Amino acid sequence: MEIFNYFKAQTIEEAYKKLNENPSNLIIGGGAWLRLSSKVVETAIDLIQIGLSQIVETESSFEIGASVTLREVEKNESLANLYSSIVNNGVHGIMGVALRNLVTVGGSIFGKYSFSDLITPLLAMNTEVEMYKGGRMPLEDFLKLRTREKDILLKIIIQKEEGLGYYYKMKKTGLDFAVINVAVTKLNSKFKIVVGARPSLATFAVKAMEYVNNQSKITPEVIEETAKIAVEELKFGTNSKASEEYRTELAQVYIRRGLKEVTNNEN
Amino acid sequence: MAKIKFTLNNKVVEIEESPTARLLDILRDKYDFVGVKEGCGEGECGACAVLINDKIVNSCIVPLGTVEGKSIVTIEGFSKTKRHEVLRESFEEEGAVQCGFCTPGMLIASESLLNTNPHPTDEEIKIGLSGNLCRCTGYNMIIKAVKSASKKGDGLW
Repeated sequence: MEIFNYFKAQTIEEAYKKLNENPSNLIIGGGAWLRLSSKVVETAIDLIQIGLSQIVETESSFEIGASVTLREVEKNESLANLYSSIVNNGVHGIMGVALRNLVTVGGSIFGKYSFSDLITPLLAMNTEVEMYKGGRMPLEDFLKLRTREKDILLKIIIQKEEGLGYYYKMKKTGLDFAVINVAVTKLNSKFKIVVGARPSLATFAVKAMEYVNNQSKITPEVIEETAKIAVEELKFGTNSKASEEYRTELAQVYIRRGLKEVTNNEN
Repeated sequence: MAKIKFTLNNKVVEIEESPTARLLDILRDKYDFVGVKEGCGEGECGACAVLINDKIVNSCIVPLGTVEGKSIVTIEGFSKTKRHEVLRESFEEEGAVQCGFCTPGMLIASESLLNTNPHPTDEEIKIGLSGNLCRCTGYNMIIKAVKSASKKGDGLW
């Protein structure tokens, strides 16, 4: 990344104004892409002094500031109570500790990275994002926004729901990006199924969820059918990491395992 | 260019530099702390690891501007401590150093791990060092060395 100017904002409004002064201006998250990206940036805006680096636990939710690092999420014991720790486990698998001490929640989510090991579990939970101008919206809606708004992500809000969860990241080597990642959650007999790194961005398997959530009993046949419906409705692709066929097979297996796990753990 | 003030190996320093310069380059080129190595340059190998406010980070992807007011410890600063002495001896005794290129990063990662977990299990050591690559040893000797240091240096961390 080639950056010509560096601006340390004192307030969100100041950061927002600077962000909109030039189309190439951007907010710096943790900085993990400074070397890997080839973008040319007029002004990089640092939010470090604004104080978005807290995890606040309220009666009903966790509010995680955009500047909180992935390591802080991973080590937060209260977050681990939600959905069998899938969000803690998801970020735990990202590179090494040194990188997780740098990478921020805001940078990871705003970037809408298709291989994200944070977005997939968060989507399977009950998560909203709060933007400076755009206000609060479900994470799902934020991910669907086509245009990259010149707005600032302030925090994410995760509802305190102690449902059951499963998260699996298939990777070829320890520090690699996901070939595919799958999250399955269950709360009050309702399942959510999310598949990421397809290689496109994580999304719900809507038809599969509708099918499984309308069954009176979760039998092995229902699990099998749900996984089949999921891979039929989701679009998979080929890239240097894996073929479309391989991803489709993997997703079916991990969805099946996820459904089994959250079902068995309840019994 | 901007004036950036921070603590480097327990000494307050101020430098006029581009805030977008990489911390790694500044440490090596401006302060001559060449124990901080550049391996991948992309945050993957851990050869450039330093402690910022006691937390391990990869200095190759840290913009200088973000260290304003913070405390940085490189392998040179850490080498003046008793904890380093214990770790160094353990690395030597266990044969955990071969070409040595990854060693400064491994020692910083070990210090970071032992600071938060003075008596780690093998699995916890593997996780603690998972961001540091070694192409010579196969890791077993490094894991043994950290375990040995944890025992010998009991009470230091």
